[in-house]
Amino acid sequence: MSSENFDPTLIGFLCTWCSYTGADLAGTARMTYSPNIRIIRVMCSGRVDPQFVIKAFKEGADGILISGCHPGDCHYKEGNYKALRRHRLLRKMLEQFGIEKERLRLEWVSAAEGAKFQNVCDEFTEQIKELGPLNIMKGDINEYREA
Amino acid sequence: MSTEKPKVAFYWCASCGGCEEAVIDLAEDILKVTAAVDIVFWPVAMDFKKTDVEAMEDGSIAVSFINGAVRNSEQEEMVNLLRRKSGLVVAFGSCSHLGGIPGLANFWNRKTIFNSSYHTSPSTDNPEGTIPQEKHIMEDGKELTLPRFYDTVYTLDQVIDVDYYLPGCAPPKHLIMTAITAILEGKLPSKGAVLSPNKSLCDDCGRNDSKPEKLAIKAVKRPWEVEMDNEKCFLAQGIICMGPATRSGCEERCILGNMPCRGCFGPTDQVYDQGAKFLGAFASLLDSDDEEEIEKIVNTIVDPAGTFYRFSLPSSILRRKRMETVK
Ligand code: SF4
Ligand code: SF4
Ligand code: FES
Repeated sequence: MSSENFDPTLIGFLCTWCSYTGADLAGTARMTYSPNIRIIRVMCSGRVDPQFVIKAFKEGADGILISGCHPGDCHYKEGNYKALRRHRLLRKMLEQFGIEKERLRLEWVSAAEGAKFQNVCDEFTEQIKELGPLNIMKGDINEYREA
Repeated sequence: MSTEKPKVAFYWCASCGGCEEAVIDLAEDILKVTAAVDIVFWPVAMDFKKTDVEAMEDGSIAVSFINGAVRNSEQEEMVNLLRRKSGLVVAFGSCSHLGGIPGLANFWNRKTIFNSSYHTSPSTDNPEGTIPQEKHIMEDGKELTLPRFYDTVYTLDQVIDVDYYLPGCAPPKHLIMTAITAILEGKLPSKGAVLSPNKSLCDDCGRNDSKPEKLAIKAVKRPWEVEMDNEKCFLAQGIICMGPATRSGCEERCILGNMPCRGCFGPTDQVYDQGAKFLGAFASLLDSDDEEEIEKIVNTIVDPAGTFYRFSLPSSILRRKRMETVK
Protein backbone atom coordinates (compact mmCIF):
# COMPACT_ATOMS: atom_id res chain seq x y z
CA MET A 1 0.00 0.00 0.00
CA SER A 2 1.49 3.38 -0.90
CA SER A 3 1.78 5.84 1.93
CA GLU A 4 -0.52 8.44 0.29
CA ASN A 5 -3.63 6.31 0.50
CA PHE A 6 -2.68 4.46 3.66
CA ASP A 7 -4.99 5.48 6.48
CA PRO A 8 -3.35 4.21 9.68
CA THR A 9 -5.27 2.74 12.58
CA LEU A 10 -4.00 4.20 15.83
CA ILE A 11 -4.95 3.22 19.34
CA GLY A 12 -4.58 5.63 22.24
CA PHE A 13 -4.54 4.43 25.84
CA LEU A 14 -5.28 7.61 27.81
CA CYS A 15 -5.35 7.96 31.56
CA THR A 16 -8.66 9.28 32.74
CA TRP A 17 -7.30 12.00 35.07
CA CYS A 18 -5.08 13.97 32.72
CA SER A 19 -4.76 12.81 29.14
CA TYR A 20 -8.37 11.77 28.57
CA THR A 21 -9.50 15.08 30.00
CA GLY A 22 -6.96 16.81 27.75
CA ALA A 23 -8.39 15.00 24.72
CA ASP A 24 -11.86 15.98 25.87
CA LEU A 25 -10.76 19.58 26.05
CA ALA A 26 -9.46 19.38 22.48
CA GLY A 27 -12.93 18.18 21.54
CA THR A 28 -14.99 20.74 23.43
CA ALA A 29 -12.69 23.50 22.19
CA ARG A 30 -13.46 22.25 18.66
CA MET A 31 -9.82 21.76 17.77
CA THR A 32 -9.53 19.60 14.68
CA TYR A 33 -7.05 16.77 14.54
CA SER A 34 -6.59 13.67 12.42
CA PRO A 35 -9.34 11.16 13.14
CA ASN A 36 -7.14 8.05 13.01
CA ILE A 37 -6.83 7.54 16.74
CA ARG A 38 -9.29 5.31 18.63
CA ILE A 39 -9.19 6.23 22.26
CA ILE A 40 -9.36 3.74 25.11
CA ARG A 41 -9.74 5.30 28.52
CA VAL A 42 -7.77 3.67 31.34
CA MET A 43 -7.56 4.73 34.97
CA CYS A 44 -3.83 5.39 34.76
CA SER A 45 -1.02 4.98 32.22
CA GLY A 46 0.43 2.49 34.72
CA ARG A 47 -2.59 0.27 34.08
CA VAL A 48 -1.50 -0.37 30.49
CA ASP A 49 -0.35 -3.97 30.55
CA PRO A 50 2.12 -4.72 27.71
CA GLN A 51 -0.29 -7.51 26.76
CA PHE A 52 -2.83 -4.81 25.77
CA VAL A 53 -0.28 -3.17 23.50
CA ILE A 54 0.74 -6.40 21.83
CA LYS A 55 -2.87 -7.49 21.41
CA ALA A 56 -3.71 -4.15 19.80
CA PHE A 57 -0.85 -4.54 17.31
CA LYS A 58 -2.02 -8.05 16.57
CA GLU A 59 -5.61 -6.87 16.02
CA GLY A 60 -4.55 -4.33 13.44
CA ALA A 61 -3.16 -1.20 15.11
CA ASP A 62 -0.39 0.46 13.09
CA GLY A 63 0.64 2.68 15.98
CA ILE A 64 -0.13 2.91 19.68
CA LEU A 65 -0.07 5.94 21.92
CA ILE A 66 0.14 5.66 25.68
CA SER A 67 -0.55 8.96 27.35
CA GLY A 68 -0.55 9.91 31.01
CA CYS A 69 -0.10 12.75 33.46
CA HIS A 70 3.20 14.63 33.53
CA PRO A 71 5.90 13.21 35.84
CA GLY A 72 4.99 14.03 39.41
CA ASP A 73 1.30 14.52 38.56
CA CYS A 74 0.02 10.94 38.37
CA HIS A 75 -3.13 10.50 40.41
CA TYR A 76 -1.66 7.28 41.76
CA LYS A 77 1.78 8.87 42.32
CA GLU A 78 3.93 6.35 40.43
CA GLY A 79 1.80 4.94 37.62
CA ASN A 80 3.33 7.09 34.90
CA TYR A 81 6.88 6.15 35.95
CA LYS A 82 5.85 2.54 35.64
CA ALA A 83 4.50 3.32 32.19
CA LEU A 84 7.78 4.99 31.28
CA ARG A 85 9.89 2.00 32.34
CA ARG A 86 7.61 -0.43 30.52
CA HIS A 87 7.55 1.73 27.43
CA ARG A 88 11.33 1.81 27.13
CA LEU A 89 11.72 -1.93 27.61
CA LEU A 90 8.72 -2.86 25.47
CA ARG A 91 9.90 -0.63 22.65
CA LYS A 92 13.27 -2.37 22.69
CA MET A 93 11.60 -5.78 22.67
CA LEU A 94 9.15 -4.91 19.89
CA GLU A 95 12.07 -4.02 17.64
CA GLN A 96 13.21 -7.62 17.95
CA PHE A 97 9.82 -8.57 16.50
CA GLY A 98 10.35 -6.19 13.59
CA ILE A 99 7.99 -3.57 15.01
CA GLU A 100 9.69 -0.17 14.73
CA LYS A 101 10.05 1.63 18.02
CA GLU A 102 8.27 4.73 16.67
CA ARG A 103 5.05 2.72 16.54
CA LEU A 104 4.79 2.77 20.33
CA ARG A 105 4.69 6.33 21.59
CA LEU A 106 4.53 7.65 25.13
CA GLU A 107 3.41 11.22 25.85
CA TRP A 108 2.56 13.29 28.88
CA VAL A 109 -0.60 15.32 28.29
CA SER A 110 -2.25 17.24 31.12
CA ALA A 111 -5.94 18.06 31.47
CA ALA A 112 -5.19 21.57 30.21
CA GLU A 113 -3.19 20.52 27.16
CA GLY A 114 -5.87 20.09 24.50
CA ALA A 115 -3.58 21.69 21.96
CA LYS A 116 -0.73 19.33 22.80
CA PHE A 117 -3.05 16.38 22.31
CA GLN A 118 -4.06 17.75 18.94
CA ASN A 119 -0.40 18.08 17.92
CA VAL A 120 0.54 14.63 19.16
CA CYS A 121 -2.29 13.02 17.15
CA ASP A 122 -1.44 14.88 13.95
CA GLU A 123 2.26 14.23 14.25
CA PHE A 124 1.83 10.59 15.17
CA THR A 125 -0.55 10.00 12.26
CA GLU A 126 1.98 11.51 9.85
CA GLN A 127 4.82 9.50 11.30
CA ILE A 128 2.92 6.21 11.02
CA LYS A 129 1.81 7.06 7.48
CA GLU A 130 5.47 7.31 6.59
CA LEU A 131 6.29 3.99 8.25
CA GLY A 132 3.43 2.27 6.42
CA PRO A 133 1.06 -0.49 7.49
CA LEU A 134 2.20 -2.98 10.11
CA ASN A 135 0.57 -6.11 8.62
CA ILE A 136 0.84 -8.50 11.55
CA MET A 137 -0.29 -11.93 10.41
CA LYS A 138 -3.45 -13.05 12.12
CA GLY A 139 -2.68 -16.63 12.96
CA ASP A 140 -3.97 -19.16 10.48
CA ILE A 141 -1.38 -21.88 9.96
CA ASN A 142 -1.42 -21.40 6.20
CA GLU A 143 -0.67 -17.74 6.50
CA TYR A 144 2.52 -18.37 8.45
CA ARG A 145 3.77 -21.44 6.66
CA GLU A 146 5.39 -19.68 3.73
CA ALA A 147 6.53 -16.11 3.41
CA MET B 1 -5.76 -60.08 27.25
CA SER B 2 -3.30 -57.54 26.04
CA THR B 3 -5.62 -56.49 23.23
CA GLU B 4 -8.07 -55.14 25.77
CA LYS B 5 -5.56 -52.77 27.31
CA PRO B 6 -5.85 -49.15 26.19
CA LYS B 7 -3.55 -48.32 23.29
CA VAL B 8 -1.00 -45.56 23.70
CA ALA B 9 1.29 -43.83 21.19
CA PHE B 10 4.32 -41.60 21.68
CA TYR B 11 5.54 -39.35 18.92
CA TRP B 12 8.17 -36.67 18.48
CA CYS B 13 8.31 -33.64 16.22
CA ALA B 14 10.72 -30.69 16.48
CA SER B 15 12.32 -31.55 19.81
CA CYS B 16 15.66 -32.45 21.31
CA GLY B 17 14.86 -35.96 22.49
CA GLY B 18 14.69 -34.87 26.13
CA CYS B 19 10.98 -35.64 26.32
CA GLU B 20 11.65 -39.19 25.16
CA GLU B 21 14.30 -39.37 27.85
CA ALA B 22 11.70 -38.18 30.37
CA VAL B 23 9.56 -41.21 29.54
CA ILE B 24 12.56 -43.54 29.90
CA ASP B 25 13.38 -41.80 33.19
CA LEU B 26 10.12 -43.07 34.62
CA ALA B 27 12.37 -46.05 35.42
CA GLU B 28 10.44 -48.75 37.31
CA ASP B 29 7.27 -46.74 36.88
CA ILE B 30 7.39 -47.41 33.16
CA LEU B 31 6.65 -51.04 34.02
CA LYS B 32 3.44 -49.94 35.70
CA VAL B 33 2.59 -48.07 32.55
CA THR B 34 3.38 -50.95 30.20
CA ALA B 35 1.42 -53.30 32.45
CA ALA B 36 -1.63 -51.11 32.07
CA VAL B 37 -1.41 -50.11 28.41
CA ASP B 38 -0.31 -51.34 25.02
CA ILE B 39 2.24 -49.09 23.38
CA VAL B 40 1.36 -49.27 19.70
CA PHE B 41 3.67 -46.62 18.27
CA TRP B 42 6.90 -45.14 19.61
CA PRO B 43 9.47 -44.45 16.87
CA VAL B 44 12.34 -43.72 19.23
CA ALA B 45 12.07 -47.08 20.98
CA MET B 46 9.95 -49.51 18.98
CA ASP B 47 9.84 -50.67 15.40
CA PHE B 48 6.38 -49.66 14.22
CA LYS B 49 5.90 -47.84 10.94
CA LYS B 50 3.59 -45.16 9.73
CA THR B 51 1.68 -47.78 7.72
CA ASP B 52 0.93 -49.61 10.99
CA VAL B 53 -0.73 -46.48 12.32
CA GLU B 54 -2.59 -45.93 9.06
CA ALA B 55 -3.98 -49.44 9.31
CA MET B 56 -5.49 -48.77 12.74
CA GLU B 57 -9.10 -47.85 13.10
CA ASP B 58 -9.84 -44.16 13.57
CA GLY B 59 -10.04 -43.29 17.26
CA SER B 60 -8.62 -46.64 18.31
CA ILE B 61 -5.57 -45.26 20.13
CA ALA B 62 -6.72 -44.19 23.59
CA VAL B 63 -4.10 -41.46 23.90
CA SER B 64 -1.21 -40.08 21.91
CA PHE B 65 1.54 -38.19 23.70
CA ILE B 66 3.14 -35.87 21.18
CA ASN B 67 6.27 -33.94 21.99
CA GLY B 68 8.04 -31.31 19.91
CA ALA B 69 6.88 -28.33 17.92
CA VAL B 70 5.66 -28.59 14.34
CA ARG B 71 7.99 -27.03 11.80
CA ASN B 72 7.83 -29.17 8.65
CA SER B 73 5.32 -30.97 6.45
CA GLU B 74 6.18 -34.44 7.72
CA GLN B 75 5.42 -33.45 11.30
CA GLU B 76 2.21 -31.84 10.21
CA GLU B 77 1.13 -34.98 8.37
CA MET B 78 2.05 -37.27 11.26
CA VAL B 79 0.23 -35.29 13.93
CA ASN B 80 -2.87 -35.12 11.75
CA LEU B 81 -2.70 -38.89 11.33
CA LEU B 82 -2.30 -39.44 15.06
CA ARG B 83 -5.13 -37.03 15.79
CA ARG B 84 -7.43 -39.06 13.56
CA LYS B 85 -6.43 -42.33 15.18
CA SER B 86 -6.59 -41.12 18.80
CA GLY B 87 -9.26 -40.49 21.37
CA LEU B 88 -7.06 -38.08 23.29
CA VAL B 89 -4.03 -36.08 22.28
CA VAL B 90 -1.71 -34.77 24.96
CA ALA B 91 0.84 -32.09 24.03
CA PHE B 92 3.88 -33.39 25.89
CA GLY B 93 6.53 -30.89 26.94
CA SER B 94 7.27 -27.21 26.30
CA CYS B 95 7.91 -27.48 22.55
CA SER B 96 4.59 -29.04 21.78
CA HIS B 97 2.77 -26.93 24.39
CA LEU B 98 4.35 -23.52 23.63
CA GLY B 99 6.84 -23.91 20.80
CA GLY B 100 9.80 -24.32 23.14
CA ILE B 101 13.44 -23.70 22.25
CA PRO B 102 12.94 -24.64 18.56
CA GLY B 103 10.28 -21.93 18.55
CA LEU B 104 12.97 -19.27 18.89
CA ALA B 105 13.52 -19.89 15.19
CA ASN B 106 10.45 -17.68 14.70
CA PHE B 107 12.83 -14.73 14.87
CA TRP B 108 14.08 -16.05 11.50
CA ASN B 109 12.63 -17.86 8.48
CA ARG B 110 13.58 -20.76 6.24
CA LYS B 111 15.89 -18.73 4.06
CA THR B 112 17.92 -17.20 6.88
CA ILE B 113 18.08 -20.49 8.78
CA PHE B 114 19.30 -22.38 5.72
CA ASN B 115 21.76 -19.64 4.98
CA SER B 116 23.25 -19.90 8.43
CA SER B 117 23.16 -23.70 8.65
CA TYR B 118 24.46 -24.48 5.16
CA HIS B 119 26.57 -21.46 4.28
CA THR B 120 27.74 -19.03 6.93
CA SER B 121 28.12 -20.87 10.23
CA PRO B 122 31.83 -21.17 11.15
CA SER B 123 31.73 -24.96 11.16
CA THR B 124 30.15 -25.27 7.71
CA ASP B 125 32.27 -26.71 4.93
CA ASN B 126 30.09 -26.64 1.85
CA PRO B 127 32.06 -25.34 -1.16
CA GLU B 128 29.32 -26.28 -3.62
CA GLY B 129 26.72 -24.44 -1.60
CA THR B 130 24.39 -27.44 -1.44
CA ILE B 131 21.13 -26.97 0.42
CA PRO B 132 18.48 -29.62 1.06
CA GLN B 133 16.13 -30.12 -1.89
CA GLU B 134 12.61 -31.35 -1.46
CA LYS B 135 12.85 -33.48 -4.57
CA HIS B 136 15.68 -35.30 -6.30
CA ILE B 137 15.55 -37.64 -9.28
CA MET B 138 18.12 -40.44 -9.03
CA GLU B 139 20.02 -41.79 -12.03
CA ASP B 140 17.69 -44.75 -12.17
CA GLY B 141 14.76 -42.37 -12.41
CA LYS B 142 13.62 -42.87 -8.83
CA GLU B 143 12.28 -39.81 -7.12
CA LEU B 144 13.46 -39.02 -3.59
CA THR B 145 11.67 -36.47 -1.46
CA LEU B 146 12.25 -34.61 1.80
CA PRO B 147 9.64 -32.84 3.91
CA ARG B 148 9.06 -29.14 3.40
CA PHE B 149 10.69 -26.93 6.01
CA TYR B 150 8.33 -24.11 7.00
CA ASP B 151 9.12 -20.48 7.67
CA THR B 152 7.40 -20.70 11.03
CA VAL B 153 7.41 -23.05 14.02
CA TYR B 154 3.98 -23.96 15.43
CA THR B 155 2.71 -25.25 18.71
CA LEU B 156 0.84 -28.54 18.43
CA ASP B 157 -2.54 -26.91 19.06
CA GLN B 158 -2.02 -24.53 16.16
CA VAL B 159 -2.01 -27.58 13.89
CA ILE B 160 -4.40 -30.08 15.48
CA ASP B 161 -6.95 -30.15 18.27
CA VAL B 162 -5.23 -30.86 21.60
CA ASP B 163 -7.01 -32.27 24.65
CA TYR B 164 -4.40 -31.75 27.41
CA TYR B 165 -1.00 -30.24 27.98
CA LEU B 166 1.85 -31.67 30.01
CA PRO B 167 4.17 -28.71 30.53
CA GLY B 168 7.90 -28.57 31.07
CA CYS B 169 11.26 -28.96 29.40
CA ALA B 170 10.98 -31.87 29.96
CA PRO B 171 7.82 -32.69 31.96
CA PRO B 172 8.84 -34.04 35.36
CA LYS B 173 8.18 -37.62 36.35
CA HIS B 174 5.53 -36.90 38.98
CA LEU B 175 3.39 -34.93 36.53
CA ILE B 176 3.69 -37.62 33.84
CA MET B 177 2.63 -40.31 36.28
CA THR B 178 -0.26 -38.23 37.63
CA ALA B 179 -1.45 -37.59 34.08
CA ILE B 180 -1.21 -41.22 33.02
CA THR B 181 -3.03 -42.33 36.17
CA ALA B 182 -5.76 -39.74 35.62
CA ILE B 183 -6.20 -40.93 32.03
CA LEU B 184 -6.36 -44.59 33.02
CA GLU B 185 -8.84 -43.87 35.80
CA GLY B 186 -10.86 -41.51 33.65
CA LYS B 187 -10.40 -38.73 36.20
CA LEU B 188 -9.33 -35.98 33.84
CA PRO B 189 -10.05 -32.28 34.29
CA SER B 190 -11.95 -30.42 31.60
CA LYS B 191 -10.57 -30.40 28.09
CA GLY B 192 -7.78 -27.96 27.35
CA ALA B 193 -6.31 -28.10 30.87
CA VAL B 194 -2.61 -27.81 31.52
CA LEU B 195 -1.88 -30.71 33.84
CA SER B 196 0.00 -28.75 36.51
CA PRO B 197 -1.19 -26.41 39.30
CA ASN B 198 -2.58 -23.09 38.13
CA LYS B 199 -0.45 -20.78 40.28
CA SER B 200 2.84 -19.04 39.80
CA LEU B 201 6.20 -20.63 40.52
CA CYS B 202 6.96 -17.91 43.11
CA ASP B 203 4.04 -19.21 45.18
CA ASP B 204 5.91 -22.48 45.68
CA CYS B 205 9.45 -21.14 45.66
CA GLY B 206 11.44 -21.41 48.87
CA ARG B 207 13.10 -18.06 48.13
CA ASN B 208 9.85 -16.14 47.99
CA ASP B 209 10.19 -15.04 51.61
CA SER B 210 13.54 -13.45 50.87
CA LYS B 211 11.91 -11.20 48.28
CA PRO B 212 11.87 -7.68 49.69
CA GLU B 213 8.49 -5.96 49.77
CA LYS B 214 9.68 -3.48 47.20
CA LEU B 215 12.06 -4.95 44.67
CA ALA B 216 14.28 -2.34 43.04
CA ILE B 217 16.65 -3.26 40.23
CA LYS B 218 19.49 -0.91 39.28
CA ALA B 219 21.27 -3.17 36.80
CA VAL B 220 20.36 -6.51 35.31
CA LYS B 221 22.97 -9.23 35.60
CA ARG B 222 23.23 -12.47 33.67
CA PRO B 223 23.89 -15.61 35.75
CA TRP B 224 27.50 -15.95 34.62
CA GLU B 225 28.34 -12.37 35.53
CA VAL B 226 27.86 -12.72 39.27
CA GLU B 227 28.35 -15.15 42.06
CA MET B 228 24.79 -16.07 42.82
CA ASP B 229 23.51 -16.25 46.36
CA ASN B 230 21.87 -19.64 46.84
CA GLU B 231 19.11 -18.49 49.16
CA LYS B 232 18.05 -15.06 48.00
CA CYS B 233 15.32 -14.47 45.42
CA PHE B 234 17.02 -14.05 42.03
CA LEU B 235 15.12 -10.88 41.23
CA ALA B 236 16.46 -9.34 44.43
CA GLN B 237 19.94 -10.10 43.03
CA GLY B 238 19.15 -8.33 39.76
CA ILE B 239 18.97 -11.62 37.87
CA ILE B 240 16.04 -12.27 35.57
CA CYS B 241 13.87 -15.04 36.99
CA MET B 242 10.67 -15.87 35.12
CA GLY B 243 9.05 -17.28 38.28
CA PRO B 244 6.38 -14.56 38.59
CA ALA B 245 5.04 -15.28 35.07
CA THR B 246 5.49 -19.05 35.08
CA ARG B 247 3.20 -21.87 36.15
CA SER B 248 4.30 -23.96 39.10
CA GLY B 249 4.58 -27.74 39.24
CA CYS B 250 8.22 -28.41 38.39
CA GLU B 251 9.16 -28.58 42.06
CA GLU B 252 11.49 -25.59 41.46
CA ARG B 253 14.14 -27.81 40.01
CA CYS B 254 16.18 -24.97 38.48
CA ILE B 255 15.95 -22.79 41.57
CA LEU B 256 17.15 -25.72 43.67
CA GLY B 257 20.12 -26.03 41.32
CA ASN B 258 20.77 -22.31 41.94
CA MET B 259 19.64 -21.21 38.49
CA PRO B 260 16.80 -18.79 37.83
CA CYS B 261 13.60 -19.98 36.19
CA ARG B 262 13.62 -19.68 32.39
CA GLY B 263 9.87 -20.15 32.13
CA CYS B 264 9.56 -23.60 30.57
CA PHE B 265 6.17 -24.35 32.18
CA GLY B 266 4.55 -21.46 30.37
CA PRO B 267 2.07 -19.06 31.92
CA THR B 268 -0.88 -19.69 34.21
CA ASP B 269 -4.43 -19.76 32.79
CA GLN B 270 -4.95 -16.07 33.57
CA VAL B 271 -2.16 -14.93 31.25
CA TYR B 272 -2.41 -14.59 27.45
CA ASP B 273 1.20 -13.89 26.73
CA GLN B 274 3.95 -14.99 29.07
CA GLY B 275 6.64 -12.67 27.70
CA ALA B 276 4.53 -9.52 27.73
CA LYS B 277 3.21 -10.32 31.18
CA PHE B 278 6.69 -10.81 32.52
CA LEU B 279 7.92 -7.65 30.82
CA GLY B 280 5.16 -5.66 32.52
CA ALA B 281 6.03 -7.00 35.94
CA PHE B 282 9.77 -6.79 35.47
CA ALA B 283 9.96 -3.29 33.99
CA SER B 284 8.03 -1.94 36.98
CA LEU B 285 10.90 -3.06 39.21
CA LEU B 286 13.54 -0.97 37.47
CA ASP B 287 14.76 1.44 40.07
CA SER B 288 14.62 4.86 38.44
CA ASP B 289 12.19 7.59 37.48
CA ASP B 290 14.65 9.26 35.17
CA GLU B 291 14.40 8.68 31.42
CA GLU B 292 18.12 8.47 30.77
CA GLU B 293 18.82 6.24 33.69
CA ILE B 294 15.95 3.96 32.71
CA GLU B 295 17.43 3.66 29.22
CA LYS B 296 20.73 2.70 30.81
CA ILE B 297 19.16 -0.06 32.88
CA VAL B 298 17.15 -1.27 29.88
CA ASN B 299 20.41 -1.52 27.95
CA THR B 300 21.68 -4.05 30.48
CA ILE B 301 18.90 -6.40 29.36
CA VAL B 302 20.67 -7.95 26.41
CA ASP B 303 17.94 -9.94 24.67
CA PRO B 304 14.50 -9.19 26.13
CA ALA B 305 12.47 -11.04 23.49
CA GLY B 306 14.65 -14.15 23.58
CA THR B 307 14.67 -14.13 27.38
CA PHE B 308 11.00 -13.44 28.09
CA TYR B 309 9.77 -15.76 25.31
CA ARG B 310 12.51 -18.34 25.63
CA PHE B 311 10.00 -21.20 25.57
CA SER B 312 6.82 -19.55 24.38
CA LEU B 313 7.42 -17.54 21.21
CA PRO B 314 5.14 -19.53 18.82
CA SER B 315 2.34 -19.51 21.42
CA SER B 316 2.66 -15.77 22.04
CA ILE B 317 0.23 -13.21 20.67
CA LEU B 318 2.66 -12.10 17.95
CA ARG B 319 3.96 -15.63 17.33
CA ARG B 320 6.93 -14.58 15.28
CA LYS B 321 9.03 -11.74 14.01
CA ARG B 322 7.35 -9.84 11.19
CA MET B 323 8.24 -11.83 8.11
CA GLU B 324 9.08 -8.81 5.96
CA THR B 325 11.68 -7.63 8.47
CA VAL B 326 13.64 -10.90 8.67
CA LYS B 327 16.95 -10.28 6.97
S1 SF4 C 1 11.37 -14.66 41.29
FE1 SF4 C 1 12.36 -16.68 41.11
S2 SF4 C 1 13.70 -16.84 42.93
FE2 SF4 C 1 12.26 -15.16 43.32
S3 SF4 C 1 10.57 -16.14 44.42
FE3 SF4 C 1 10.00 -16.17 42.23
S4 SF4 C 1 10.69 -18.17 41.47
FE4 SF4 C 1 11.74 -17.79 43.47
S1 SF4 D 1 12.27 -23.54 37.36
FE1 SF4 D 1 11.30 -22.66 35.52
S2 SF4 D 1 12.64 -23.24 33.80
FE2 SF4 D 1 13.16 -24.57 35.56
S3 SF4 D 1 11.89 -26.42 35.27
FE3 SF4 D 1 10.75 -25.01 36.61
S4 SF4 D 1 9.41 -23.85 35.19
FE4 SF4 D 1 11.02 -24.81 33.96
S1 FES E 1 -3.38 8.90 36.56
FE1 FES E 1 -2.59 9.85 34.79
S2 FES E 1 -0.77 8.70 34.57
FE2 FES E 1 -1.49 7.88 36.41
